[in-house]
Amino acid sequence: MHELSVVESMMAVVLKHAERNRARKVNRINLVLGEMSTVMEDPVKFYFDFVSRDTIAAGAELSFRRTELIARCEDCGHEWKVQEYDFTCPECGGTNTEIVSGREFQVESIEIN
Amino acid sequence: MEIEVLEGIFDANEIIAKENRALLDRSGTFMVNLMSSPGAGKTSFILKTLEGVEGEFSCAVIEGDIAGKVDSERIAEIGVQAIQINTGGSCHLEARQVNTALGRLDLGGVDLVVVENVGNLVCPAEFRLGEDLKVMILSVAEGHDKPLKYPLMFSESHVMIVNKTDLIPHTDFDLELLKETVRKMNPSVEIFEVSCRTGEGISAWCGWLKDRVRGTRAETKN
Repeated sequence: MHELSVVESMMAVVLKHAERNRARKVNRINLVLGEMSTVMEDPVKFYFDFVSRDTIAAGAELSFRRTELIARCEDCGHEWKVQEYDFTCPECGGTNTEIVSGREFQVESIEIN
Repeated sequence: MEIEVLEGIFDANEIIAKENRALLDRSGTFMVNLMSSPGAGKTSFILKTLEGVEGEFSCAVIEGDIAGKVDSERIAEIGVQAIQINTGGSCHLEARQVNTALGRLDLGGVDLVVVENVGNLVCPAEFRLGEDLKVMILSVAEGHDKPLKYPLMFSESHVMIVNKTDLIPHTDFDLELLKETVRKMNPSVEIFEVSCRTGEGISAWCGWLKDRVRGTRAETKN
């Protein structure tokens, strides 16, 4: 459970962009969370309340957009939704695969005034 | 007003991991990030590995623990430099902590650094340290069903060590099923079966590791 340090890193990103845009208040934080990330929504929300206290992001709503685990075969170019973490290409049987999405934990945007 | 950010929350860690990488490249030092759950045998495995490469490489160990210095004392007892990082409750090592520890080593005189991560099969997999190799240990006593429960660790690691193989006859551990599952998740994974207690399989691992470390040294000289 590393959500406390993860939320501190998230806050650093949010506050940097809020200050750069001279925000008085952060109302909403739109996050992208991949299916394969080890980060969990509920502890992030829990720690956010602590970490954001006394900052312009206090009380902001957290929104999570989940991304599916998608892989691409480097041999035949096929892209597919990975089931049960099986990275063998269902088209050609190739094992030279890259993750296209599903690993990320990102601040996509913030809503400020 | 909506502001586009598109910044990864682990980006700050990635930047420091790259700095660590550059630091290690300059001195031709190879770094292993060793991860497992508590009790899988990380420290015993490090001791066996140090013994196996002794004479050819100069080594150092970075020990990450939530508290205490038991592990670094075990390493120091055999005359290898060990730097202890206490994470103070945090469940994983981050690149910045390793950066500080690397700063305390004379890297020019070190061929191989082994980082013993905090015992945990979840969080350490998210944080790159600037390592050459991510090595994970699964011990027989933990069971062969762990890969699908901890997918990131098994799919991120370059090497899986199956430790405590001497226990297999006493358990229902299905080694072939484990290997089949992990190879689907991570087709390029290298798998070594070892027992730190009997020493079985250690020389195959050490032989493979030595080739990798030699490769790094050769690249730096050229």
